[in-house]
Amino acid sequence: MDFASNITIPALFQQTLVGLSRTTILFIVASGLSLILGVLRIPNVAHGSLYMIGAFIMYSVNLFFGGGQAGFWMAVLISPVAVALISLAVERGLFQHLYEREHLMLLLFTFSITLVFGDLVKMVWGSDYRCVDLPASFQGFFTIFGFPFPRYNLFLIIIGPVVAFGLWFLTNKTRIGKIARAAAVDREMVGAIGINVSLVFAAVFVIGCFLAGLGGALVAPTQNIRQGMDHAIIIEAFLIVIMGGLGNIWGALLGALIFGLTDSIGVLVLPQFAIVFPYVVVVIALFFRPKGLLKSTW
Amino acid sequence: MSDSSRSAWKDFVPGLAVFVIFLFVPSFLPRFHVYLLGLIFTTGLLAVSLNLVLGLGGMYQFHHAVFYGIGAYTVALVITKTALSPWIGFLLAPLVSALLSLAIGLICVRLSKLYFGMLQISLGSLVWAVVFRWYSFTGGDDGIHGISVPDIISSTSGAYYFSLVLTGLCLVVMQRIVNSPFGRSFQAVRDNPVRSEAVGINVKRVQLTGMVISGAFAGIAGSMFVVIEGSVFPELMFWTLSLEIIIMCLLGGWFTFLGPMLGAAIIVLLRTFVGIYTEYWTIILGIVLMLLILFLPQGVLGYFLEKFDRGGMKPVREEK
Repeated sequence: MDFASNITIPALFQQTLVGLSRTTILFIVASGLSLILGVLRIPNVAHGSLYMIGAFIMYSVNLFFGGGQAGFWMAVLISPVAVALISLAVERGLFQHLYEREHLMLLLFTFSITLVFGDLVKMVWGSDYRCVDLPASFQGFFTIFGFPFPRYNLFLIIIGPVVAFGLWFLTNKTRIGKIARAAAVDREMVGAIGINVSLVFAAVFVIGCFLAGLGGALVAPTQNIRQGMDHAIIIEAFLIVIMGGLGNIWGALLGALIFGLTDSIGVLVLPQFAIVFPYVVVVIALFFRPKGLLKSTW
Repeated sequence: MSDSSRSAWKDFVPGLAVFVIFLFVPSFLPRFHVYLLGLIFTTGLLAVSLNLVLGLGGMYQFHHAVFYGIGAYTVALVITKTALSPWIGFLLAPLVSALLSLAIGLICVRLSKLYFGMLQISLGSLVWAVVFRWYSFTGGDDGIHGISVPDIISSTSGAYYFSLVLTGLCLVVMQRIVNSPFGRSFQAVRDNPVRSEAVGINVKRVQLTGMVISGAFAGIAGSMFVVIEGSVFPELMFWTLSLEIIIMCLLGGWFTFLGPMLGAAIIVLLRTFVGIYTEYWTIILGIVLMLLILFLPQGVLGYFLEKFDRGGMKPVREEK
């Protein structure tokens, strides 16, 4: 294998853009996970399942509306909402009784939800690969500095900062965001001044899971929708959250950026082992900063 | 002294009796059930080895499967890629797993609880990713199949006896470790790390030692898997398997020595026999697990031992 012979300026530029669009998906999923970890202290393994369900619902809704412009936008809107509703049922029905348990029990509980959701998805959609066709306006390429770049990836790169800003606004400028941040630090105190902490937790959980569904819906047109995508994404999302600092939205963004870029640029250096680079970076980051790059809320 | 040796006998005699019964199993059970028993021993040994750090040490060992997988791959690679005797592979497996434990442990042990677990998952996933992609050496995502183990252990009953004897030996050794001074200090570290440190226990070193011991036994379990299945694949060190092993410990009860063995048996049997009737066996596992966590967090064996007021091990407590 010729080491790093693929590295040229155009290739580097293109892979950076690919990495940035991957970053958007990773950030959307990881920020939801981080929100739930930071406020509710639940290591939610089922987040990956919700991402997968989001992608499958995107496929079905898009099919229902006959694809095209209408199908795509309806699917992108409906699927995160549907995922949020599922998560609301799970939180009210199961999680609210478990907040006082140890992390290990919560982790196993969310894993058991993953097992159930995995089989439910198999029952509803079968084990075949599914694909979502993009509407015509998203197909084709932009030419940037003379290099072709898929339009949809550019759309993703724009979405990323929008979601980041929305989350920042939600957690810093709205009432519920402020209460949630207070509850993350001291939930007894927040309860003592007369706020219904249980409802705040439910809201945060639903918002986090909404993001998982949104990530799944947005990723659907770029890859095969299949069983097992839940297991792949959740481990990446967890590593991003841990690397960035638990519960820190900007940490999730930084982590996703590092993860996405090392992956896409690693392809140029050693194609066979590109999958290894992000893990190496996480290990190095945690070796020097065991509690994450940015300040965690824990 | 006489007291402790008598209690050692009390533990030893029933174990020996069970062992002798298992020796005669292949003569009257069908071959498939013999194979299944071997698989239960392997998985059970893996679960008990995890419980050394999880139940006894109270450490969040989230990626135990990686040590199991490395043990299996060590045997497989020695047999298929070298001219060495296969037995050297079986000797190397626990050593390589222990070394990996040491390497991962040295990095992780500075942290505690959830951070420890997550860092371990990321390191384990790194190993998994390398194995998953290194086609020329590990066979990549296909793994290595048709590994020819020595003739004496290649038949179904041969593999069964191999796993039975190794499991028996490992359980005896692990039981001794649990009751040794090291086991006691490991338990003390679990129950109160701060006080243990104050009375002069080197907490990090005890935890690291526990990880290395547990990793070595996981490697032995991995080598048994190669004998029983004749193949290795990267799923052996995927993180979902690690959580499954934790589930086995939870299911059987992690405050008992043999509980995880029972949990492993339940999972293997559930997968095999529910798997015959429906492909959706994981949904049943998931629901069983949810009910268990909601209503029976001390596990099946733990529950019955509590009923009969036995069981020396206390629940893991989490510092707030």
